[in-house]
Amino acid sequence: MKPSRFVHHPVRSVAEAVAALAALAPEGGRILAGGQSLVPMMAFRLAQPAHLIDINRIPGLDRPQRRDGQLIIPACVRHAAFHQGADDALGLLLARVVRHIAHAPIRNRGTFCGSVAHADPSAEWPVVMTALDGVAVAQSEAGSRAIAAADFFEGVMTTALRPDEMLTEIRLPEPPAGTRMGFSEHSRRAGDFAQAMTLASFRLQNGLIAEARVAIGGVEPVPRRLAAVERLLTGAAPGPALWRDAADCASACVTPMEDGQTSPALRRDLLRATTRRALAEAAA
Amino acid sequence: MSAPWVGRALHRVEDPALVRGEGRFTADLPAAHHVRFVRSPVASGVLRAVAAPAGVRCFTAADLVGVADLQPKLALFGYVPIAQPLLARARVRYVGDLAAAVLGATAADAEDAADQVTLDIETLPPLVTAEAAMADGAAEIHAGTARNVVVEAAMATPGHAAALQAAARTLSCTIRSHRQSAQPIEARAAHAAFDRATGRTTLTCTTQMPHLTRTIIADLLGMAESDLRVIAPDVGGGFGQKMSLAPEYAVIVWLARHLRASVAWAEDRRENLMASFHSRDIDVTVEAAFDAQAKLLALRGDVRANVGAYAPYPNTAAVEPLMSFAELPGPYVVPDYACRARGVVTNTCPSAPYRGVARPAITLAMERLMDKAAAAFGLPPEEIRRRNLVKRFPHTSPTGLVYDAASYAETLEHALRVADLPGFRARQAAARAEGRYLGAGIATFCERTGYGSPAFAARGMAVTPGWENVQLDMDPSGFIEARIGASPHGQGLATTLAQIIADGVGTTPDRVRVIHGDTDRTPYGWGTFASRSLVIAGGACLLAARQLHARLRRMAGEHLEADPADIVITDGTARVTGTDRAVALPALARLAYHQSHRLGQGAGLSEQAGYDPAGTFSNATHIAFVAVDIETCAVTVERFIVAEDAGRLINPMIVDGQIRGGVAQGIANALFEEIVYSPDGDILTTTLADFLMPTAHEIPAIEIHHLVTESDQTVTGAKGLGEGGTIGAPAAVLGAINDALAPFGAQLNEMPATPQRIHDALRAAGR
Repeated sequence: MKPSRFVHHPVRSVAEAVAALAALAPEGGRILAGGQSLVPMMAFRLAQPAHLIDINRIPGLDRPQRRDGQLIIPACVRHAAFHQGADDALGLLLARVVRHIAHAPIRNRGTFCGSVAHADPSAEWPVVMTALDGVAVAQSEAGSRAIAAADFFEGVMTTALRPDEMLTEIRLPEPPAGTRMGFSEHSRRAGDFAQAMTLASFRLQNGLIAEARVAIGGVEPVPRRLAAVERLLTGAAPGPALWRDAADCASACVTPMEDGQTSPALRRDLLRATTRRALAEAAA
Repeated sequence: MSAPWVGRALHRVEDPALVRGEGRFTADLPAAHHVRFVRSPVASGVLRAVAAPAGVRCFTAADLVGVADLQPKLALFGYVPIAQPLLARARVRYVGDLAAAVLGATAADAEDAADQVTLDIETLPPLVTAEAAMADGAAEIHAGTARNVVVEAAMATPGHAAALQAAARTLSCTIRSHRQSAQPIEARAAHAAFDRATGRTTLTCTTQMPHLTRTIIADLLGMAESDLRVIAPDVGGGFGQKMSLAPEYAVIVWLARHLRASVAWAEDRRENLMASFHSRDIDVTVEAAFDAQAKLLALRGDVRANVGAYAPYPNTAAVEPLMSFAELPGPYVVPDYACRARGVVTNTCPSAPYRGVARPAITLAMERLMDKAAAAFGLPPEEIRRRNLVKRFPHTSPTGLVYDAASYAETLEHALRVADLPGFRARQAAARAEGRYLGAGIATFCERTGYGSPAFAARGMAVTPGWENVQLDMDPSGFIEARIGASPHGQGLATTLAQIIADGVGTTPDRVRVIHGDTDRTPYGWGTFASRSLVIAGGACLLAARQLHARLRRMAGEHLEADPADIVITDGTARVTGTDRAVALPALARLAYHQSHRLGQGAGLSEQAGYDPAGTFSNATHIAFVAVDIETCAVTVERFIVAEDAGRLINPMIVDGQIRGGVAQGIANALFEEIVYSPDGDILTTTLADFLMPTAHEIPAIEIHHLVTESDQTVTGAKGLGEGGTIGAPAAVLGAINDALAPFGAQLNEMPATPQRIHDALRAAGR
């Protein structure tokens, strides 16, 4: 459980990082942020990057900012930064979700952007990004581009990022006033990767549901919004019966992963439970 | 006279260094060479060649000239000894089997070098389960082992068949306890240093049995035992995983002698999960005959244990099946009994004792049987236990075990009072009406502890453990050194034995030092396992302390010109009763060494004592309360009650710690921990993200209540209790889950009771 040899490249600016990445990516160079996923994989030698471009020393990447109706999350913002966010719907949601991410030492070190770039199907932040239609900003020597959440996640630990691109920030749009949000996750033990999770949000217009968003994770190879469930909810009257129907719909419209210890049938039931609970929490 | 030290919750003398990070562990030692083992990636195959590029220092079986195979033996129960080369010679038999040892200047260098070694293996079809290995036509994993059965015990009392026929009702139940791993915090580690001046080698290793480690390694390597010193420094938990020889340790000693240098190995967590000893993996079928009053007439058991690819030294591959065979009746009166128990080798990691050994599974089998019988007779689960528990002592079990006085019925009643089951049943009914499913489960059991050589001899062990010796010296400063052969690794014996010795001598525990874990400093002994050390090493300490006390009284009598019968020794001072004449023990000690001619009681102050008791049974009742989330099939243990009886308590704080840790491991067994192999014998649980140990989040507060039935079978009146937590908790938790699932007609007799298994059980019941 010792990593194979690698060269450590501490960089001081994003420009330096992308220059290093351009040079080293063809030789297996990778970005190192919090290292909470990459380093354990290196210890198991499942990942053997020859070069690590360490962005932790770049100033200015460690604080989220509000700008133009968006929450900007630069590359080195740690999970723990979200424990005490703004006292609004988005801030409260992020504080609600972050408690499910592993344990305190990991949350102190791991980063929001790192989790998104790693794209584990069971990770929480990709679901948040998907639910809110967030945007990833990728930078390379050729310039920067914005990638929508729906286009970003391509498969298990596979994203739209090119090897020479660094994920410099995630932008989450602030939900409109009156948005209600709920999150529910199921894992075997506290802090484990999710076997199913649901993030639900909606507003009420004249007592009926509007702008329904239901995003799921941990069930399929990539997080996604469930359009069928959102259609079912939109314009309907909130209440336990609707939550049950929506949960049944969610359960029926996914293609669950199978991992040997969790059957597709159980995963569907877990998603039914998390979806019903997330909706009930949003309504509460 | 001051109150006795025994019975007080003294803080552990071991803890200050450990909590300050000043403990000394094997992997802290520097070494000239570090080793990485190359292990088989396949479950079964012919090892054709090991290839290492130039510059990689790689050792294989061919290098170990003159080194014997490991082959522990039993004389009884048709035991088939199986041989294990220290490094694989021609065959590899499980994923993780040792193929080669590679050197590096650091552990990281050794791992890099090991990555360059390639194994040429012709893969053979593996046998992963006991069922497959016992099937008709199954290949023999070790030549000469028909159906891969290496041990088979069978018995039937003469009245057994008739009793089954006379029964008002017969019921049966099969339980399955899947494979587990003990997971001590400190994985295995060894450091061997060859001393060129003396030709001796010092092996420092994390072990529960330093003397036996010295014996077997000297045997394997063909060296004088006195040329090997084995030190067990601070050991970060064992739970049984370190009471068998790690073959790696013998290789490390061989390398140190071969290289005439120091050599170190510390396994990583993946190696520990893959190739350190596993445990459990046992099926138990019980069939029981009851009379019309729901009292047991007869019990029949059938036990199948998957013991893995090789047999651990010294206990062999027979412990799990033979302990099941001998102890299946548990705390119940079983007039007639029949049992067959088999141990089956497979292409999986070798299995070895783990805290609880066999009894978590047999207790689950008996308690599930009792719950089923209660339902069949329309009785509350507690009532059927009341009718069947042993109440008269001594009690002789159908397998000939003699149970000393205990409190089976009393712990049940005590736990029931604390639990308030009627109140719970009302809450349970109200919760069900709201779609929430609560359950309560009861486990009553006995725990055979502190057994000496007769119990091990009954298994026919070629190496028969049992007794312990102590060397007790009061030095010229008046301090006492107790050198013991037992080898504590978290049990707190340095504290508890000092309490026993202080009372026995008439001094204070702070004047007693307990020395263990060094074959150069301690008398030969067996180590710490099987809930034995406090009873057996503690008994030897008390006997030696009494001898020292008697000698000090004679000396004090001589010195104070009084009849020794009038001398009272307390708090480190000998006094003549009814007078103010007194002498402090340090002054007497000084006289014993430096003025021995004046007292005529011999020179020095050394005493020895040995102790080899027949054994004693502690007992407990556990009651678990759970909530089963019927949507996710997740189980929450909401409350856990323990009413236990371990005889006289030496240090109640340490007792409670043992119980809490044991119950946590029992809940882990019941709900979380499982080693999983794929059908082709690959191990799928090689990280702690896959092998789910519970955390503080998953373990409830554990309510502990003590009853005390002092044992007349031990000199201290104490009984062992190291394993009870792990024994009762699984059955209590499974009982509670089954109670919660009762409205669905779903039953679960398998552990861990994962959400998947609960889901399957609910589906099978039609939900």
